[in-house]
Amino acid sequence: MGQTYISLINQAFDESLKNDSKVMLFGLGVGDIGAVFGSTANLQSKYGAERVFEIPLSENSVTGMALGLAMQGFRPVMMHQRADFSFTSAEQIINQIAKTSYMSGDVYKVPLVIRMIVGRGWGQGPTHAQSPHAFFSHVPGLQVVAPATPVDGYYLMKQSIASDKPVIFIEHRWLHQTTEELIETDQIPELFEAKIMKSGEDLTLISLSYGVIECIKIAEVLSEFNLNVEVVNLRSIQPWNKNTVLRSVKKTKKVVLLDTGHIEFGLTGEIAATIYSELFGSISNPILRFGLPMEPTPSSAALAIDHYPAIEKMLGEIKSHFGFKYELKEAINAFNKKFPYKSKYKDQPDVGAVGPF
Amino acid sequence: MNIELINLIKKDYDVENSRIQMFVNLQLIRSVELLISEKYDAQIFRCPVHLSIGQEAIAVGVSINLQLEDKVVSTHRSHAHYIAKGGDLFSMLSELIGSPLGCCKGRGGSMHIFDKSVGFMASVPIVGSSLPISVGIALAEKQSNSENIVVAYIGDAALETGAFYESLNLAALKNLPILIVLEDNGYSTYSNKEVRWPDTKNVRATTEGMGIHYYSGSGDDVDEINTQISEVILNVRNNKPSLVHLDTFRRYEHCGPRLDDNLGYRESEEILSYIKRDPIEILGNKMINLDIISKTLLGDLVNKVNCYVEDTFTDVLRKNENYLKQFEMNY
Repeated sequence: MGQTYISLINQAFDESLKNDSKVMLFGLGVGDIGAVFGSTANLQSKYGAERVFEIPLSENSVTGMALGLAMQGFRPVMMHQRADFSFTSAEQIINQIAKTSYMSGDVYKVPLVIRMIVGRGWGQGPTHAQSPHAFFSHVPGLQVVAPATPVDGYYLMKQSIASDKPVIFIEHRWLHQTTEELIETDQIPELFEAKIMKSGEDLTLISLSYGVIECIKIAEVLSEFNLNVEVVNLRSIQPWNKNTVLRSVKKTKKVVLLDTGHIEFGLTGEIAATIYSELFGSISNPILRFGLPMEPTPSSAALAIDHYPAIEKMLGEIKSHFGFKYELKEAINAFNKKFPYKSKYKDQPDVGAVGPF
Repeated sequence: MNIELINLIKKDYDVENSRIQMFVNLQLIRSVELLISEKYDAQIFRCPVHLSIGQEAIAVGVSINLQLEDKVVSTHRSHAHYIAKGGDLFSMLSELIGSPLGCCKGRGGSMHIFDKSVGFMASVPIVGSSLPISVGIALAEKQSNSENIVVAYIGDAALETGAFYESLNLAALKNLPILIVLEDNGYSTYSNKEVRWPDTKNVRATTEGMGIHYYSGSGDDVDEINTQISEVILNVRNNKPSLVHLDTFRRYEHCGPRLDDNLGYRESEEILSYIKRDPIEILGNKMINLDIISKTLLGDLVNKVNCYVEDTFTDVLRKNENYLKQFEMNY
């Protein structure tokens, strides 16, 4: 069974606050009864309102305040219940936070984390469902991570807080109720290391955050049709782990990229360009890319169904693009049997959250 | 204060006298800015510059009340603030020529002067954006139980940004040791306040309404500024966030090395009235009238400061000889 993603984020915060008196948490909801979906629960009473606190609705200035604290040696974590609100602080993030260490001639370290939760479904709509990993990755000086599993979330949060450079921490709302066992191990993942979730020789699926969960499902369905699919969980977007990706592609020669963001000028284009330049001539098919179309995310549950790439649809496109022999109907049946959707509605995750969320 | 310069003159002048100290600093800033202006066309200082000529008294009157550990955050017009806080002239001039010997290794230039070693935390040229960072720096000081304060310089146009109001709210909410010094020179580039502020705007009411202590005064008489700041700062050290609103005059163009009186966006009467209120003349005359210094010795002091600036610049050119050759174009 294990622990939920959200409870492991809470544990990562708890341990970071305990181990380093310079760590601070703040953001809208941090000190209220909702406690940012439970992730900051009990931390204010444990560590005091000077270190864990609610903020006025001034995201831009609070983000600049986080920078000032970091320049003075504190390790603040500023958080947004929806990533979309971070755009109010684009000036502080892009012009100041990303550049302060560089501008100062490397005198300053800027150890701060901006945690951004990405919404999806149940009517989130145009301004509550954006995943900004690609455009923050475009800014030199920012690190961007988007962990997929609860244990990834736990380790990457702790390492992001411990990092001396600013980290944008992207967290998908649909992962919050997923569970995983946190086993004591010496194999602690590095902040910028990708992870092979499933090894295979026939096809490489590459994704981030919630997309990794969907890739694993696709891989498991295709394994019933004698296709050994490798799944690469990027974990970090900036910097991204080129070696692990290229090693996998060299082996399988076939690539599918799945993004939780919009398709144009995004993550999939960057990775595809690198694969084409580094492995030109040695892949067998053009790269297949999935992501969100170039329109804002609709609120309507009916419209959102076509907005997100459904697994059934991706199974069909993968088959026709690479000429795989499986019957699409059978694959979709296998998918429904293997991963029966526990929720009656497809605009909410199949475990945990029931709207509104 | 520039310790190097003080050491050079202490033999002949009473450097313990605060007016002598302030005069030296005023003249130092003026002399540096005039040097930049004069050499600018030679294409040595290869970055945009916002000169502080006319506005020197505020930086000096504030900084004489600061300790080394107190923090300063500046704007695009950073030179006076940096020099008055005890910044290193060689580092600053090297930064302006883009040299690796600059205080930011040439990465920042005039608009991004950073020097943590003298508590000069940052210069932020995106107007208004310095305030949130200053609030964070002040929160860190409070959280660490230090007695240090943070001075955040802003211009009048910062009052047009959202960050100003957000930051005042945060500073009041957290009772931070922050002193916001509003250098009101009346212009945002070429635009006067008539096109930017409604007639009804009341900075005192706005500031006090946000829970911040408000003081105002003239930004020309460094003696007055010193007296005012020395009182205000006691409150700031006791975690009473405050704003001091000082009227001043930017003598030169907004950005660049020249006078721009010919453009006509400022009435000649306005210009003349300010020239009569030159901070260096005000303090110089006062010192002569109070028999603190003779006219001759004051003239000598001006020369000594000018020589120091010239010598430092020569040193900058000499030590950066190889660097300067790098960007010369060979057509």
